[in-house]
Amino acid sequence: MGTTILGRKLGMTQVWTEDGNLLPVTVVQAGPCVVTQVKTTDTDGYNAIQIGFGEIAEKKVTKPMAGHFAKAGVDALKHLTEVRMDETPEFKAGDVIDVSALAEAQHVTVSGVSKGKGFAGVMKRHNFQGGPGGHGSHFHRAPGSVGQASTPSRVFKGKKLPGHMGTDKVTVRNLDVVSIDAEQNLLIVKGAVPGGKGALLTIKMA
Amino acid sequence: MDIIRAIEQQQIREDLPQFQVGDNVKVHYRIIEGNRERTQVFEGRVIRRHGAMNRETFTVRKISFGTGVERTYPVNSPKIEKIEVVNRGKVRRSKLYFLRDKVGKAARLKEQGY
Repeated sequence: MGTTILGRKLGMTQVWTEDGNLLPVTVVQAGPCVVTQVKTTDTDGYNAIQIGFGEIAEKKVTKPMAGHFAKAGVDALKHLTEVRMDETPEFKAGDVIDVSALAEAQHVTVSGVSKGKGFAGVMKRHNFQGGPGGHGSHFHRAPGSVGQASTPSRVFKGKKLPGHMGTDKVTVRNLDVVSIDAEQNLLIVKGAVPGGKGALLTIKMA
Repeated sequence: MDIIRAIEQQQIREDLPQFQVGDNVKVHYRIIEGNRERTQVFEGRVIRRHGAMNRETFTVRKISFGTGVERTYPVNSPKIEKIEVVNRGKVRRSKLYFLRDKVGKAARLKEQGY
């Protein structure tokens, strides 16, 4: 059973390993998450827990959400997510899941929303090669031909063209866990994770 | 941001001596060849310190068999066994690139007086 918690990307830096290599790492503020609802097959038809993360100003909590948190007997939280379970959850509302739940993890899978790139051309969006820069080619970053002639006299669906790029849900699997600081709720993983600084992340034990 | 600074701060080595641009230093650097480990000593003039926090580097220049050789080391690398400061040169700039164009006697620096 994989453990899932929510976190926030704090940024990237470098860390020395004992054998003298420099690792690129991402620092994640992971948890603490609070269980806000427990779903079981008897009550909801499936097993899951709902966890919440992040502080929120009292005036920003809507009345329906305030009622939901009051029912669980927890303080209001900014982000909620549901974690499906195979068996009846052992948790109850109000339980705290922090980064120590990942203490045994060698690798984690991290999901988040990537940085928005706006309307991007084919070279940036689909890694097209582009044309030669000079020698009068007049063909630089354009997509080129998009298909054939009177047969089929249409452009096939899924053709790679310019358009909106970024702000997608991106999952990076099996990132190495470099270290865990349970005191400060910090998780340090090797490599990059989606989104900018402050981005909300879902961290799963891989 | 402060948390990241704190993580970087933790990795700064405090066991190494203070040294500056212009100093003559001996760098004892551990080199791993296959499964054998040995220490290489590189002696020369520090001509540059670059970057900050745990990713700071410094460059040492020496004349080896008539050819100028420069090696750049990360200041906080665990592979640096120790650094000895042989003497301190008197310099007025932070990057001593002008030494690359000087040969022999002209490439000397005055020693810093205290």
